[in-house]
Amino acid sequence: MTQLVIIVAYLGLLLLLGLGASLLFRGTSKDYLLASHSIGPFLLLMSLFGTTMTAFALVGSSGEAFKEGIGVYGMLASSSGIIHSLCFFVLGIKLWSWGHRFGYTTQIQFFRDRLQNDGIGLLLFPIIVGLVIPYLLIGVISSGVVIQSMTGGAFPELFPTSNPGTNGGVPPWIGSLVICCIVLAYVFFGGMRGTAWANAFQTIVFMVLGIVAFYVIAMKLGGQPTFLENLRVCSDAVAHDKVSRIDMSKTKFLTYLLVPLSVGMFPHLFQHWLTAKSASSFKLPIVAHPVFIMIVWVPCVLIGIWATTSLVPGKPPLPKIPGTDIVNANAILPFLVKTQTSALLGGFLTAGILAAIMSSLDSQFLCLGTIFTGDIVGHYVGNDRLTDRKKIWLARVFVTAIVAVTYGLSLLPQRSVFGMGVWCFSGFASLFPLVLAAVYWRRLTAAGAYASVLTMIVTWFVLFRQSGFGHHRSFTVDIPVGGVTYETMPVLTIFVASAVALVLVSLVTRPPDERTLARFFGTK
Amino acid sequence: MRYLIGILLLLLLVLHQDNWFWEDDTLVFGFIPIGLFYHACISVAASVTWFLATKFAWPHGLSDGAETSQQGSNT
Repeated sequence: MTQLVIIVAYLGLLLLLGLGASLLFRGTSKDYLLASHSIGPFLLLMSLFGTTMTAFALVGSSGEAFKEGIGVYGMLASSSGIIHSLCFFVLGIKLWSWGHRFGYTTQIQFFRDRLQNDGIGLLLFPIIVGLVIPYLLIGVISSGVVIQSMTGGAFPELFPTSNPGTNGGVPPWIGSLVICCIVLAYVFFGGMRGTAWANAFQTIVFMVLGIVAFYVIAMKLGGQPTFLENLRVCSDAVAHDKVSRIDMSKTKFLTYLLVPLSVGMFPHLFQHWLTAKSASSFKLPIVAHPVFIMIVWVPCVLIGIWATTSLVPGKPPLPKIPGTDIVNANAILPFLVKTQTSALLGGFLTAGILAAIMSSLDSQFLCLGTIFTGDIVGHYVGNDRLTDRKKIWLARVFVTAIVAVTYGLSLLPQRSVFGMGVWCFSGFASLFPLVLAAVYWRRLTAAGAYASVLTMIVTWFVLFRQSGFGHHRSFTVDIPVGGVTYETMPVLTIFVASAVALVLVSLVTRPPDERTLARFFGTK
Repeated sequence: MRYLIGILLLLLLVLHQDNWFWEDDTLVFGFIPIGLFYHACISVAASVTWFLATKFAWPHGLSDGAETSQQGSNT
């Protein structure tokens, strides 16, 4: 019950923050969608970091470390530290500058303008929406699961289940609904400013609570008087395969470096970039992002490998995937918090996990609402024919509809949505050559862009099908060279195919109009 | 200076593939596995590299937004 009270109090606070942000609302669509380009370095850092760190940063990192060992840090975290900042530096600043000058609110507006082609918007629209929706679903479903497991035992008569770990917990359909409503409320009223404020607050919450949980769990598992002694006892007990990367493929590790390039094409990050007050606002996020990732991930990875040791009490047993005898790795962190810490900290950490989930959901909901408003209705009805007030209300209606559809989809049986995560990221990462070429390559043509996107779709679908539509979670593309087979992430094949198609078709088609190029790059 | 930052970045990506610590289970300070410690250092090195990039390779001639047109929103 304590956990539930803390969760409710936290959500209430968040709602107040979102509504508080709406008091600064200037009544224009630019303010609602882009916070009037008023976001300074600190808020930009927190909102970019909060948006890129999903629930996976807390729950998934410890879960993956439990399964794979410490190698997950290099594969997912230190690589992201380098590549995310690269995207902010190489793409973010340039796109912000053009967005500011030409008045963009979405990626599609940029591509239509840069390539002087209307159809590219229609091609990109379903792809972007289609790749964001599974990502949204993961967040919505995770929030319900986390709330149920952390409130287990609170209402045994009201919400009975056959699983002792979740018996009496608030059912996922209620938990997910509450989270959707809270996020919708502060996005609806606060727009981008509410989202940025909420992201900053939530990022601080999940970073601080992650560290506190790490300290408390280490003290409890180790059973020694000092923190350092406990750290040593816990790590000493871990088996060799978890403190090394003996079971991890080196080529898979190498090719995973391409996955974080997805950040360059995330539509919600594009929108966050445009909120920056000045180009200099990017400096702090670019520098601090890798270290922030380290602060969140290192403690979670250590907790994950400690959970594999005999230091974790046998009773209650580790949570299992329903209907199987396999440990549910994604439930490791909530389980340890619940069994090894107090109800009070358990409540706060649940709030931290929900914070990580919501700080990504809000931006994604707002961004899809913006795309529908600007790229479909605004574009075809005519932006000039829509008043600012109408644009704001259209965005609100679309955001509400997207929240409702996502919530509805989350209630359907979901067997493969979690396996979709890396596929969504691979799709976005394989569109990176397109955005990079659009920003730096004068010779890019609309035909080259079409070829790149279509090649990406076809290769992505072929490999996705081969993986059993995401069911085969450790699917790799195996490349035999000189009698040795190298395992590679599917993103490598899709990325290379998309990049080659872009370059070849651009080179054989008519060069772009000089006047357009001059607008973006100046005259030669 | 831009080339130097580019070289540093490439070096960081090469160092990221630390085959030399792949099977090493040494615990640095008695509690951090060396593979994890090394990559935490890569994260710090990435921040330092990006700090140098913002100091010495910051792009010039960016729009300050003073001349905002409606062209984009009309396309």
